[in-house]
Amino acid sequence: MRREGLMRHVATRLLGLVPTLLLLITIAFVLIRVAPGGPFDGEVTLPPEVRANLEAKYHLDEPILQQYFRYLGDVVTGDFGPSFRYPDWSVNELIARGFPASATVGGLAILIAFFVGTGIGVFAALRQNTAIDYSLMGVAMLGISVPNFVIAPLLILVLAIYAGWLPAGGWDWSWQSMVLPVLTLALPAVAYIARLTRGSLIEVLHSDYIRTARAKGLAERVVVLRHALKPALLPVISYLGPTAAVMITGSVVIERIYGIPGLGSYFVQGALNRDYTLVMGVVVFYGIIIILLNFVVDLLYAWLDPRIGYEEIR
Amino acid sequence: MTRPRPNFLLATAVVMLLAACGDKGVDFGARLQNRPAPVELELGEDGRPVPSVLAERQWVYRGNGEEPATLDPHKSVGLPASHILRDLFEGLTTESRDGKVVPGAALRWNISRDARTYTFYLRRDLLWSNGEPLTALDFIYSLRRAVDPATASASAGALLPILNAREVLAGELPVDQLGVGLLDDEYTMQITLTGPTPYFLGLLASPVAYPVNRENVEAHGDAFSRPGNLVSNGAYVLKDWKPRASIELEKNPNFRETSETIVDRVFYLHAEEAVTELNRFRLGEIDWTSGVPDSQFHWLQEHYADELVVSPWTGSYFFGFNLTQPPFADNPSLRMALNLAVDRQIITGKVTQFGEQPSYSLVPPGIEGYVPFSPDYADWSQEERNHEARRLFEQAGYSEENPLRIEIRYNTGGNNKKIALALASMWKQVLGVNSTLVNEEFRVFLQNRQQKVITQVFRVGWISDYNDPYSFLEMFRSGHRRNDFGYANSSFDALLDEVGTERVRARRERLMFEAERVLIADNVIIPIYSYVSKRLVNPHLRGWQPNVLDRHPTRFMFKLRSKGEEIIPAEPGLPAGDGLTPLEALPGEDAGEDMPVAEDKEESEDVL
Repeated sequence: MRREGLMRHVATRLLGLVPTLLLLITIAFVLIRVAPGGPFDGEVTLPPEVRANLEAKYHLDEPILQQYFRYLGDVVTGDFGPSFRYPDWSVNELIARGFPASATVGGLAILIAFFVGTGIGVFAALRQNTAIDYSLMGVAMLGISVPNFVIAPLLILVLAIYAGWLPAGGWDWSWQSMVLPVLTLALPAVAYIARLTRGSLIEVLHSDYIRTARAKGLAERVVVLRHALKPALLPVISYLGPTAAVMITGSVVIERIYGIPGLGSYFVQGALNRDYTLVMGVVVFYGIIIILLNFVVDLLYAWLDPRIGYEEIR
Repeated sequence: MTRPRPNFLLATAVVMLLAACGDKGVDFGARLQNRPAPVELELGEDGRPVPSVLAERQWVYRGNGEEPATLDPHKSVGLPASHILRDLFEGLTTESRDGKVVPGAALRWNISRDARTYTFYLRRDLLWSNGEPLTALDFIYSLRRAVDPATASASAGALLPILNAREVLAGELPVDQLGVGLLDDEYTMQITLTGPTPYFLGLLASPVAYPVNRENVEAHGDAFSRPGNLVSNGAYVLKDWKPRASIELEKNPNFRETSETIVDRVFYLHAEEAVTELNRFRLGEIDWTSGVPDSQFHWLQEHYADELVVSPWTGSYFFGFNLTQPPFADNPSLRMALNLAVDRQIITGKVTQFGEQPSYSLVPPGIEGYVPFSPDYADWSQEERNHEARRLFEQAGYSEENPLRIEIRYNTGGNNKKIALALASMWKQVLGVNSTLVNEEFRVFLQNRQQKVITQVFRVGWISDYNDPYSFLEMFRSGHRRNDFGYANSSFDALLDEVGTERVRARRERLMFEAERVLIADNVIIPIYSYVSKRLVNPHLRGWQPNVLDRHPTRFMFKLRSKGEEIIPAEPGLPAGDGLTPLEALPGEDAGEDMPVAEDKEESEDVL
């Protein structure tokens, strides 16, 4: 029964992807087209003949509905079209060359955030209202409130320029070039997860079934790790889903400051350049990742908390 | 549950953090001491540096701003791409160290009496980087490709002076009707223009007029400009392109002056933020930055005075009036009043700070053979200007009881906001004008400017590609596509027509001067300042020369040895140790790289 429910749930969710993505594409298509200015407007205004050639090449001379359906047709076949600003590259190629760096930085940051964050959270929760708890949570609060465009230059100044241990920017797939961006990206998440874990674990530790577990005479270690931690991680997991999506698709600020060849800059550059296909491509790609990660979060939920079953969702 | 009180700790941490950032704390801005000074430059009899002062490894790391979208010279746009393309390709003409137009692939040329026909005599020993001969046919193919509608080049507009270019671009004539052709043999070609175009020789030195290799293009299509594919004819060839990180070039052994080229490898490193380049420069990772952060003049002056290079650039920063709408339509006194009430000294001294020249006219100084027009009030004191401004303001019908309300429009970025704010406060102070600042994203801003409906006074920045005042004056012609001012003055247009046909240089310059005078007298714009190029350059890197077009081909550059560095013949496998820490400096890559350099040097000595 549970297994059947799970399969049904997976199928429904995957089917649900289609209308969501269609809606996403439509909204993104309309928004980018109504934005004033076009892809070929610049400080140097193009002669009409030149502009006409460019518009013909990218089918911008067709009626808007025809462009929309042409785009939908291409997306169905997995083709995001040519980029307007990068004439040598297709949007697929641009995403393919940007995503690995973003996913590496984001993935490492998520791992660090999860393990370090929950570790600190558990540590603090078990020492609730002690000086250690207060100082850890104080630092965490600081980590959450200081934005990464402040943290990044500080880290560069101290670790790269002043100490000379790490490069100040640039990306060559060496661990040295990853340390600062991963750290910058992970710090606020570490802090947030630490606070989430602490709060949630304290609450769980006060619940009846933990009292039961303790009454049974189980060791405190077992109580915490086996019985309390799993449900205490629920809010962390639901925070991690969208956060992971944001992180692995690239942070614009981090990529600009550290010069990482990731996907994040394409969001902003694509929009600023009115590179319609590039914006659409990254939006759809981002949409798919967010939907998939939310889906993973749901599955993890059920695994972590036996009280959640798929029958309820039906 | 007791209430946690982390406030005290939080406060302590914040204080510590602020102390670390503040001036009172550790001075993180201190100059890094690990960069040794270069040796004194010694030139040989041939005017070239003697080998003993040169660093073992001639690799140059250039910060180059945003990554270029493409290295197809006919499709590329923007400064970063043009810097790289200048190293990769050479046009019929090229630019010297100091930015002057000199013979490139063409050895010499004739210009017909009506200035409409150019005959180019190409050098006969030119080769592509793949060893194939390069002839006039390659240039003809390339110019045709650039205007071919199928190429959809965004920069092809620059070739409109060539006969039939407009018709070919519009698809009305086939590409072979373009006004280019062979003359006697395949080393002589003729280009026919629609009319005299004084900057045409300069235009031929720009990427859109560079030759591309036909077989190369036909074999690889749009991907021909990627590493491994690209065949070029300049001092360097494309070796590697790490997406959004770096573009690596190496010396082209088939370039006509390869024996005089000292730098073996050039790395163009991309960074979207000026501060990223600054950080990498401070660590010695790059030798040359594309710019510097706008707001850090004093800090740079204090810590990097020897490395900071500021020089005039052919660019003008000004504000334009929309002459088609109230309140500025038909109101020259009001425009003049606003123009006079701007204290340029304050803007260049307090806001831009890098030594920009306050400006009272359109054309920046430094363009060869041209002295920009300067109105009388340029020599007045600001007090006198303010006084006159108030008089004109009243004459235009405004007063304290009837104040002027306007919108100052500018695009996000740089110092634009600060400058707009300065204007608003000067106008408020001197004339009692109530201004609203309107900040717009670049493309929205450009579209609004072009539509001329909601704009009143708006920011314009114009950097010329050619060493010619005409490229500044042109946009004020009636109906010109860049005329966002709605300016239409038939006598100004007539002057520009004359400039177009005048062949005598001095007379042409007088005509342009007169046109500029008319434009300034009509108060179409509020000139603010002339641009400067500003960057940090490693003192080891020499051979380049400041020039108003800010063009610096790597082939003129070389790197000096560090002082106190022992002069031992380079051993393969050992890093050169020029005091820098190049990013890609893997010892393995060094092997064999240093030896050919030494040979090259000896060779060039023998030759010269």
